[in-house]
Amino acid sequence: MKIIVLVKQVPDTASKIEIQKGGQAIIEDEIKWVMNPYDEIAVEEALILKETFGGEVTVISLGPERVKSTISTALAMGADKGVFITGEKIEDLDPVNVARALAQKASAMEYDLIFAGQRGVDEDRGIVGALAAEYLKLPKVSLATKVEISENQETAVIERTAEGRTEIIESSLPLLITTEKGLNEPRYATMRRIMMARKKPIEKIGLEDIGLDESHFKEKSLKIIKLLPPKERAAGIIIEAETPQKKASELGRILRDEAKVI
Amino acid sequence: MGKGVMIVAEQQNGEIKKNSYEIASEGKKIADALGVSATLLLIGSEIKDEAQVFFEYGISRVIVADHTELNDYSNEVYASIAEIVVKENGPSHLIVGATAQGKDLAATLAGRFNVGLAQDCTELTVDSGKLIATRPVYAGKAYAVIEFGERYPHIATIRPNTVSVVKVEIPIEGDVEEISYPLNGTNYKTKLKEVIRKGDETVDLTEAEKIVSGGRGVKSTENFKLIEKLAASINASVGASRSAVDAGWRPFEEQVGQTGKVVSPNLYIACGISGAVQHLAGMSTSKTVIAINKDPDAPIFQMADYGVVDDLFEVVPALIEDIEKNK
Repeated sequence: MKIIVLVKQVPDTASKIEIQKGGQAIIEDEIKWVMNPYDEIAVEEALILKETFGGEVTVISLGPERVKSTISTALAMGADKGVFITGEKIEDLDPVNVARALAQKASAMEYDLIFAGQRGVDEDRGIVGALAAEYLKLPKVSLATKVEISENQETAVIERTAEGRTEIIESSLPLLITTEKGLNEPRYATMRRIMMARKKPIEKIGLEDIGLDESHFKEKSLKIIKLLPPKERAAGIIIEAETPQKKASELGRILRDEAKVI
Repeated sequence: MGKGVMIVAEQQNGEIKKNSYEIASEGKKIADALGVSATLLLIGSEIKDEAQVFFEYGISRVIVADHTELNDYSNEVYASIAEIVVKENGPSHLIVGATAQGKDLAATLAGRFNVGLAQDCTELTVDSGKLIATRPVYAGKAYAVIEFGERYPHIATIRPNTVSVVKVEIPIEGDVEEISYPLNGTNYKTKLKEVIRKGDETVDLTEAEKIVSGGRGVKSTENFKLIEKLAASINASVGASRSAVDAGWRPFEEQVGQTGKVVSPNLYIACGISGAVQHLAGMSTSKTVIAINKDPDAPIFQMADYGVVDDLFEVVPALIEDIEKNK
């Protein structure tokens, strides 16, 4: 079974996000870059399927030079090959063209399944997977919490938990699946695996290698006018009383009479 | 550029979602600001009569795709129907709810039309005839103000509980239109086989109006019954911090935070949650925040409108008693 995983590098969720002067980008100096947590789940699921059916797992990632470390992490987890799409000002690509680039590369490869995390925890858009599925004319199931592939590797049964319920969906392959927390517990890349992964191939390509050019940088479906820090919340009130019970009834009163939320 | 604003409303088991009234109101507001009319699409089963209500929100045309097979959301089927309706009507803007379903559908439509999609917006405005969207990024650690490109329709999804529901003074007089669409299952590659519902129809946390969340301080699966009891007393949904989920006390779908659900309720009660950056990021647009925690230095208190520094195992039972007594 040939599986492609689309992987993104994002700031660690513990990172503090500060905005550059001018409000066009975040300050990257202090940021620790990691694999998007949902993409770790995607890589893990691909590896689990490879263990069952055999085959090959390829990760594709797009971004500046630093992204290579995230591809290496995926290889250390057990992926076989990496594709690194990079170039000058690659960060300026909009999501439509990011998806187009990923899909272009994937379309030149053989695959039965494509996995992607349900969203990047940086921009929180959750659209690149869906766009890539459209460009590849693939059916797509998002937010998977369970994936089962039939023995003949022709169909998949996927559980997705959304809207407070669980749906069971059957689809033919090839298929694009976006992964949700709960699908699996991603493995850690051990030191031994990290060493072993150094020998694994990473194919580095530019946008021109997959038919994208300058025009794709200019054509933007979205433009950031500015980034703003979150609005400060007004200082809160600490409820003072002699006993926990008295604090509780004061809180009850506030919820009813002041905040009027119950 | 096409014309008109199209709103894609949602139903769950034949009932229109609260969020759909929000996006209908917001869609109408944007249509007014752009000087165009608002059309609404609702896909579901036995929803034609229900859909009539949208005329009260100033929607000029209400279109439904109504069939028993459309009761449950399917990306492939719903997207095909929405694509047909968009092509026929050529709206310049599509307004969708930032629910699990709405975000999924909007993403597919963005791909079909090769256009910009602003997901999970908390504010939409119109400036010189152009739609400007404000949306949280990095789970609310920053906000991006964005404009759209040259291609239409421009699509925005709106985070539940962030915009007001507003009816118009004089409802539009109109009839709900039914459209036809291809519905034979054979053309679709995906098939919804089964839906497993939890006892009562629970709302997704992202759409919940009230949430009671527990964290590390709750200490066990068993103790979470107390959180459930408080939630039940005020008709709220239960949420959990990452540590509570990682400890196996609660299912992953209840996790609130940057790697879980991003929520925006009117009331968020955090019990025994210290307030790690990634948790705060997931609930920062909640309206009223209550924190109950023993540790006065817990970061959650900086986010809270009202705080109780005390043992949750003393405060929460007393709070439930007080709420029940005053019902």
